[in-house]
Amino acid sequence: MLQILQQPWPWYVAGALIGLIVPALLLLGNKHFGISANLRHACAACFPAGIKFFRYDWKKEMWNFFFVGGILAGAVITALLLPNPDPVVVNPALAKELAGYGITSQGSLLPAELFSWSGLFSLRGSILLVGGGFLVGFGSRYAGGCTSGHAIMGLSNLQWPSLVATVMFMAGGFITANLLLPLILHL
Amino acid sequence: MQTTIQPVKQVPGNADFEVRSLDTICINESVQRHPWWYNFKYLAVGIVFGVVFIKAEIISWFRIQEMFRLQSFHMYGVIGTAVLVGMISVWLIRRFNIKTIHGEEITFHPKKFNRGQVYGGLLFGAGWALTGACPGPLFAQIGTGALVVGVVLLSAVAGTWMYGYFREKLPH
Repeated sequence: MLQILQQPWPWYVAGALIGLIVPALLLLGNKHFGISANLRHACAACFPAGIKFFRYDWKKEMWNFFFVGGILAGAVITALLLPNPDPVVVNPALAKELAGYGITSQGSLLPAELFSWSGLFSLRGSILLVGGGFLVGFGSRYAGGCTSGHAIMGLSNLQWPSLVATVMFMAGGFITANLLLPLILHL
Repeated sequence: MQTTIQPVKQVPGNADFEVRSLDTICINESVQRHPWWYNFKYLAVGIVFGVVFIKAEIISWFRIQEMFRLQSFHMYGVIGTAVLVGMISVWLIRRFNIKTIHGEEITFHPKKFNRGQVYGGLLFGAGWALTGACPGPLFAQIGTGALVVGVVLLSAVAGTWMYGYFREKLPH
């Protein structure tokens, strides 16, 4: 049992569990699944700066902070109690491509050359972490939601604007990963 | 144990709900007010989500790169299954008019299209491909001990703030 739990879980198990978060939140308190909104609540709570967009009763959205707190705690628990004993398997074509940029560390879920304090202070690392993070925050709010809000909650609820957003998420990702990222990793 | 249910105070001229619902998909539809510790149930749901994130390697930068290079079916399978299960659940809730555990009616509002979903979507997709994370996985990545991702998270908050600041000037 423990061995099964320790191994990476297949997509249909993960997908079904994530899908069940939608009814869980609805049934527990009429809450619509979505995560990027908590970035907005953080702004509203900490730096509203008189901006209309951040003037609302963020305390009503406290549940979302508990929800992401749970995500953090779940990750800590998994890392401590259920770590995968084997190194992460990466598609050989991707491994070969990344090796061309000097990214060869593949033991964990994140490449250490980019996702470390020394990586942060390299040019390409700072573009990826700071620039990428900025785009995640700016883009998700501009689009009115992220993967959880639009791709999962919005599509579950048959909202066609969410389908547009999801297609654009994928388009932005395809363009960036294939055209832009190689340029940045060459730096 | 007594449940305290108070209606939300309606401030005259407060377009709070309207403003928020136009900008976000995940609105808090509940008009009930509960003691703060009721929120621990959302913590529990979050923990399950966090465990799934790590065990299915959804927070992996490598998995995201494989997805955008069409080198793996994994992420498509995860998202596809999640949407399917979510769709069936929402359909069942609507079909049988299922209420929340507190007896409140579950409500859905149609989402309006605006061009922000196109421009913002493209920018978000770019950020997703660079960081290998969307907002949820950011928290999970930090939880695995990659504390440097805290910088990504702060940057995402800064991006959200900048959007709020320039919102009126941006095409929607």
